[in-house]
Amino acid sequence: MGFSDATREKALEIIARYPADRSRSALLPLLHLVQSEEGNVSPAGVEFCAEMLGITKAQVGAVATFYTMYKRRPTGDWLVSVCTNTMCNVLGGQEIYDRLSEYLGVGHDETTADGSITFEHAECLAACDYGPVMTVNYEFFDKVDPDTAVHVVDQLRAGQRPQPTRGARLCTLKELSVQLAGFAEPREEAMADGPAGAPTLRGVRLAQEHGISVPGFDPETPIKSSRGDGAPAAQAAGVAANKPASDLKPAGDTAKPQDRALKEAK
Amino acid sequence: MTTPRRETLEKLTPVLTKRWLSPEAWRIDVYEQLDGYAALRKAIAAHPDDLIQLIKDSGLRGRGGAGFPTGLKWGFIPQNDGKPHYLVVNADEGEPGTCKDLPLMTHDPHSLIEGVIIASYAIRANRAFIYIRGEAVHAARRLRNAVQEAYAKGYLGTNILGSGHDLDVVVHSGAGAYICGEETALLDSLEGFRGQPRLRPPFPATHGLYASPTVVNNVGTIASVPYIVLGGPDWWKSMGTEKSSGPMIYSLSGRIANPGQYECGLGVTLRELIELAGGMLPGHNLRFWTPGGSSTPLLTADHIDVPLDFEGVAAAGSILGTTATQIFSDQDCPVYATYKWLEFYHHESCGKCTPCREGNYWMVGIYRRILSGAGTHQDLDTLLDTCDNILGRSFCGLGDGATSPVTSSVQYFKQDYLDYIEGRKAPRLSAKQLVGAH
Ligand SMILES: Cc1cc2nc3c(=O)[nH]c(=O)nc-3n(C[C@H](O)[C@H](O)[C@H](O)COP(=O)(O)O)c2cc1C
Ligand code: SF4
Ligand code: FES
Repeated sequence: MGFSDATREKALEIIARYPADRSRSALLPLLHLVQSEEGNVSPAGVEFCAEMLGITKAQVGAVATFYTMYKRRPTGDWLVSVCTNTMCNVLGGQEIYDRLSEYLGVGHDETTADGSITFEHAECLAACDYGPVMTVNYEFFDKVDPDTAVHVVDQLRAGQRPQPTRGARLCTLKELSVQLAGFAEPREEAMADGPAGAPTLRGVRLAQEHGISVPGFDPETPIKSSRGDGAPAAQAAGVAANKPASDLKPAGDTAKPQDRALKEAK
Repeated sequence: MTTPRRETLEKLTPVLTKRWLSPEAWRIDVYEQLDGYAALRKAIAAHPDDLIQLIKDSGLRGRGGAGFPTGLKWGFIPQNDGKPHYLVVNADEGEPGTCKDLPLMTHDPHSLIEGVIIASYAIRANRAFIYIRGEAVHAARRLRNAVQEAYAKGYLGTNILGSGHDLDVVVHSGAGAYICGEETALLDSLEGFRGQPRLRPPFPATHGLYASPTVVNNVGTIASVPYIVLGGPDWWKSMGTEKSSGPMIYSLSGRIANPGQYECGLGVTLRELIELAGGMLPGHNLRFWTPGGSSTPLLTADHIDVPLDFEGVAAAGSILGTTATQIFSDQDCPVYATYKWLEFYHHESCGKCTPCREGNYWMVGIYRRILSGAGTHQDLDTLLDTCDNILGRSFCGLGDGATSPVTSSVQYFKQDYLDYIEGRKAPRLSAKQLVGAH
């Protein structure tokens, strides 16, 4: 399929966001863009990205297949994802997944016979305090159970758009992919949707109710100046420039704590 | 539900979460009424080096899991080197259990953007990228809107507030890969490649994005900056402990009455957090928990009074990580929980190095065998051997992290494994489930 001029223009807009000699940075948004037109990343979409960036199709293909949000087969308007990572799982996520899978007659990464719903299980969606969660086009339905989950997909198949618990009112997966490509939400009301849920506010509400705040906050506190008293301290530290700027390993500077767990397990 | 005692309530330190109470704080005019962009005005009148020193003085440590001192990291950026500098915000939040960055960006996006502008000014960067997890669509929507608003008000673009400093910010959505939270994989992904970690050294401070000096910081780290600029380092250090200063958002999930986000000074204990959360769910007794996401070794009910700061958790044999406290009870099975986490690591392993790619694959298989009632005593040894071959031998922290739930659950809950192996506990997975498993 040929891509429209409008899409081409959008592609140029995306590329312009990145430094001129670094256009390859535009690849992820470009893949979201072709998905917004076709519903998945097809060979034609791969070719389009390659052409826009002056790289090979193999280079684009290698990237497209690495990321789970790029779908290789045609998708429905609605991507239903059920979190089955540990926390949601023990809170009932597995039952939700199993029930929906049976109800829709499809498994992971498959699309229903009527072409409307693509189904998948997801890893932790950063909403464990609302678990078990599912999403439709990545908008959250919180604390679902198998019955409410079935009700949501029923509504979708009946052409309705159920309102997510948090996040914006639904748009189709193709429409959403335009936003993933970095373009603004065109629906003003959608921006205002999604008030903070109770779990999000729990700690801060508790503090408010009991009049707790952090004392001693004075926004006029001056910033200490080291001007005039010799070499600025930060500059001196900058000399140590080739030292690690960051951790070597994710959760700590060394694997020591894990080493200890391993030893003690043995 | 029980009401927490006063002394426990006083552990709460609403700072980064405070504006979440204002439903419209994501709009720039509301944000401005709530101290918004006051820190920027103050910071931009100061010398950049003084800002780096200010952050050093505050003792701020990275909120992305490793706790690296932020001021030190900024100070590593070589100055007057003639190269462009970059600030990259790590908004890829995906560590199982972690759910603090997404609400922050959704409900108070400008606080992150204000922090980005101040940090960029301090390290002399004219371009900043916010790499946000693809699935986080509502947070990204609000963030993109906030960036547009900030441009319109002259907080972004050229000659910000007459300072002569220019800054462009791009919100870049990922596409579904946990490994892109690892900072060098993130940089590769941002450059348009598969998100696979890079060999270090060289470190991002000198060879980061486009081989230029780059600071990579977590959302919570950068969003803390405006508060430190306003309140000063002494006020900041009035929260937390000596070596772990400031407030931290603890994400509580699981078998408690009120899961949610609780911002407290670093060093609060799980006992206090559970009290704040209204206690355990009726009928549930604390059995195991993660102090900071699934990559941090599990702790047990015996650790309920461990101070949850970087030092305290390390002394207890685990890692503070992202302060994602996932709380499990006597009705949850540590073997099954670990199995689900391993499925995650197996799925998310980027495949670059053998120990992690193969090790996680094999361990998933062993867990399936144990949970379907066909495990052997040998399987336990094989699990620990495999961990031995992954830990310290894998290319990045994902591999190390995968061993955490395995070794810690064997350490504390060996009997649970033996119960499956010796047939005292009914299989959790059926043969039918195993057929379809992939
Ligand atoms: C597998 C893996 C995943 C990670 N995921 C994240 C993440 O989602 N967000 C984050 O800020 N840091 C994550 N990190 C840590 C980053 O590599 C890095 O330490 C952090 O972004 C530095 O920022 P900070 O100093 O402000 O904490 C991850 C590390 C690893 C190894
Ligand atoms: S440890 Fe795992 S995620 Fe990290 S580089 Fe190796 S294979 Fe990739
Ligand atoms: S485990 Fe489901 S959102 Fe975290």
